[in-house]
Amino acid sequence: MTSRRFWRRNGATGWALSAPATLAIIGFLLIPIGAVIAGTFMDPRGVFAPYISYFNSGFRTTVLFRTLQIAAITTIISLIFGFMTAYVVSRAPGKLKSLLIVAAVFPLLTGVVVRAFAWLIILGRNGILNQTLLGLGIVNEPLEMLYTQGAVIIGMVYLFVPLMVLSLVGVLENIPKDVLQASSSLGASPLATFWQVLLPLAVPGLIVGAVLVFTGSFTAYATPQLLGGERQTVLATLLHQRAMVSFDWVGASTIAAIMTVITITIVLAMSNIARRINPMAT
Amino acid sequence: MSDRPHPILIGVAALVYLFLMLPLVIVVGAALSDTTYLTFPPQGLSLRWFENIFEISAFRRTIVTSLQIAFMGTLLALLIGIPAAYALNRFRVELPKWLGTLFVLPILVPEIVFGFALLKSLTVGTGVPIFAALLIGHTLLVLPYVVRVISASLASFDFSIEEAAISLGSAPIKTFFTIVLPNVRAGVIAAFILAFITSLNDVSVSLFLTGPGISTLPIQILAHVEQFFDPTVASVSVLLMFLTVAVMAVVERTLGLTFLAK
Repeated sequence: MTSRRFWRRNGATGWALSAPATLAIIGFLLIPIGAVIAGTFMDPRGVFAPYISYFNSGFRTTVLFRTLQIAAITTIISLIFGFMTAYVVSRAPGKLKSLLIVAAVFPLLTGVVVRAFAWLIILGRNGILNQTLLGLGIVNEPLEMLYTQGAVIIGMVYLFVPLMVLSLVGVLENIPKDVLQASSSLGASPLATFWQVLLPLAVPGLIVGAVLVFTGSFTAYATPQLLGGERQTVLATLLHQRAMVSFDWVGASTIAAIMTVITITIVLAMSNIARRINPMAT
Repeated sequence: MSDRPHPILIGVAALVYLFLMLPLVIVVGAALSDTTYLTFPPQGLSLRWFENIFEISAFRRTIVTSLQIAFMGTLLALLIGIPAAYALNRFRVELPKWLGTLFVLPILVPEIVFGFALLKSLTVGTGVPIFAALLIGHTLLVLPYVVRVISASLASFDFSIEEAAISLGSAPIKTFFTIVLPNVRAGVIAAFILAFITSLNDVSVSLFLTGPGISTLPIQILAHVEQFFDPTVASVSVLLMFLTVAVMAVVERTLGLTFLAK
């Protein structure tokens, strides 16, 4: 009887059951990352010395702004096309809808390396696009498409559009149909219903999707590495290069700290905004 | 059908799906080509590049390592994640709120930062062997998915059933295995599959946790692509796609595919 009562009433059982996972996260994730960030403030040259030297380097500030720019453009493109596609998917009849969802899940489950590699075949100097353009006589010599910012953005959009579509289909389906019917029966045109009713109701979902895509493309490694190379160095590839090629631990840690702070700030700020402007919130 | 989307929207959606599918079709075509360079449409059909995967020992080795790490990491994550998810739901009142937040944290941290931090503290800092560090990294990588998916299943579980079993004299641990676990079976399967695929495809964490003789398949693919431009990688990609299709078939049979869209 006592053991049963203990089980039911005492939080100690809860603590004990969650302890292994809690300790694993603290020991193998929080402490290592905390140590990396703390280490950047223990530089013999001064507390903020690694950050001062980071932002004094023209190359490294360019990399930071390039990364932010690529992530922002990727997010906007994914939002626009993801939303339009998700709208069509959410309105599709049953069988077709499941097929379309499967077709979006499939690339998502295919690894990032495979998906970046596909664009390597397409955009390469002897790639399919160049072969086609040369064959049709549209260009006289192969275009340099690889290792440009455009190539990285195409690869990133390819990576994140399915994610955006899937998260927005859920959002659009949760919008009650009667709200839209009310709008049109009160005389709003389909376009007005779309802009003035559907879109505002979908904003919290759009923000969540945008945060997923922005943080994902801000920290992606394989796609900028394969499609951007050294000419389009981003924070993730710079971090790897500093740590594994130059063995510049302080420099790599500084980049890691900058990436972590920016990511967490954006996630927290945006989810705060999403919560505040949610018109469906009770 | 009054709420049929505008034809322009349908056209855009069709183009987006073409954009999603075409590159994968091209990879399959390139993998089947008989040429020594990557091309599409394939010139001459051959499976020689599939044989080539297994002739390159680095691919053979890394396929085995990747499968081992994905399998063991997923099992470890389930082993510590299921009790945690159970505790977070069952003892929601007794446990502090920050504990739930703690399990969301790993998603907020950039994976590449996590990989680097593990390299610094485990491999370099305390001399943990690379394979062990890789396993720890992958276990933590998939742990949030496991906890989240199983928590979602438990959220719709009626704990009064468990209470009834216990008050009728069933031992708590036996009750967990005979009453609770069977009821969240679908969640456990989904968590396993999601975690396995995530681990198998991971680049950012593995990137820093490889060393002499130990590497994972995605890292090996990256290394190969930077040196050779032959269809071998296309063939490996096709093998991985087959695996994905197989996984989706399993999901379809056990849970229904719309499960993944949630």
